[in-house]
Amino acid sequence: MIDFLGEVAAWFADPANWLGTAGILNRLREHIQITVAATTVAAVLAIIPAVWLAHRRIGGTFVVAVVNIGRAIPSFAIVVLFLPISIRLGLGLGFWPTFMALLFLAVPPMFANAYTGVAEVDPDLVEASRGMGMTDREVLTRVEMPMASPVILAAVRVAAVQVVATATLGALVGWGGLGRFIVDGFSVQDNVRVFAGAILVAGLAIVTEIVLGVIDRFLVPEQLRSRADAVETIAT
Amino acid sequence: MPVLAAGGFFSWEWVFRHLDDIWDRTVEHLVLTAIAVAVGMAISLVLSVIAIRYRWTFGPITWITGVLYTIPSLALFAFLVPITGLSILTAEIGLVSYTLLILIRNTVAGIDSVPAATIESALGMGYTRRGLFFAVELPLAIPVIIAGIRIAAVTTIGLVTVTALIGQGGLGFFILRGLSLFSSPIGTTQIIVGTIVSVMLAVTVDLALVGVQHITTPWARRRAAA
Repeated sequence: MIDFLGEVAAWFADPANWLGTAGILNRLREHIQITVAATTVAAVLAIIPAVWLAHRRIGGTFVVAVVNIGRAIPSFAIVVLFLPISIRLGLGLGFWPTFMALLFLAVPPMFANAYTGVAEVDPDLVEASRGMGMTDREVLTRVEMPMASPVILAAVRVAAVQVVATATLGALVGWGGLGRFIVDGFSVQDNVRVFAGAILVAGLAIVTEIVLGVIDRFLVPEQLRSRADAVETIAT
Repeated sequence: MPVLAAGGFFSWEWVFRHLDDIWDRTVEHLVLTAIAVAVGMAISLVLSVIAIRYRWTFGPITWITGVLYTIPSLALFAFLVPITGLSILTAEIGLVSYTLLILIRNTVAGIDSVPAATIESALGMGYTRRGLFFAVELPLAIPVIIAGIRIAAVTTIGLVTVTALIGQGGLGFFILRGLSLFSSPIGTTQIIVGTIVSVMLAVTVDLALVGVQHITTPWARRRAAA
């Protein structure tokens, strides 16, 4: 075991493993790139309709169904399913099937959490705002959205961590990213590369969670913090 | 092999030829899930008791299981392969790790939710600490614990498919084999079959656990009827 860890350390010490298309730096860039792209697009696609529907109090049952079905579909299956779909659409291997799978996985939990966040704003508070003469738009933007912001931000954080995890599986459908080290390592039975890849992927997931957690802390007023605990999480 | 379905990406003929195969993989999937959830529940129960008895341990326990939960499944299996090989043990260690956070959180929350008055009455009736835990606190916590088991089971059923990459996988086997044949209808059929049967399994297990909760908490039924 000590020898093995030594080999892993040597792998990390070798500059050849850091540079070039197949190097750590480029794989890390690819991984972060697709994570940021997918999380951002998914956030826009999920949060805007969720906030609006929750404001109108439309579709509560639908939300529960979305969460339950979302959890039941394996992320591995989604990534693989989008490969033939992408090929048929003429988008090829690699980026697009991975990106579409990530969107498909990230949208439902963000939608559900954003919906719940707005729908669970204290009705008395909404009533009071209307009583104070706020317009419908003001109730939404100045009461409901700020009150729901901790839940929404936490939902984005959870989705981003899930996207980092699932982007690893993109290596199976020809995308780069840090998953390459694990998948390629498996196929040539190179345990050192597999283990090194696992360290990189786990590290990126944990760093993502911590960094976004810190950002959340800065953005959320102290009085609202405990609301973020109720967010749905999904293991990938 | 002729393609029977529209669009040329799904072959019913393949499905009918492989019903036995699909059944065997479904059973394997269920066994992998059952072992993971059972072992996860046993570990979680012990850790929950420790966390309730010694409150200061709750933070570290949820922190460590939280880190395990954050590690992507492919990476967690990859960590284990150099140590335990492409074995069922590797799959189970990984799967069990993912159940812990959910199960411990729910078990502790369930036991915490038992009303203080109930505990006081039980103590007044002469229950020992141990008797109180097994005869009062644990049964009353069942609905919250089962809510945790439902999430853990559904999550595990999804993650079992990933273990196909380390030579296990249950229904994930079809997804992985379909991946290597993705340009043919035989490949896409296997991907779709693996996915749909896995989702059906998750829904069935979830409903079965709702049934278990119903049976194990007769007082809740009586209360609802009254």
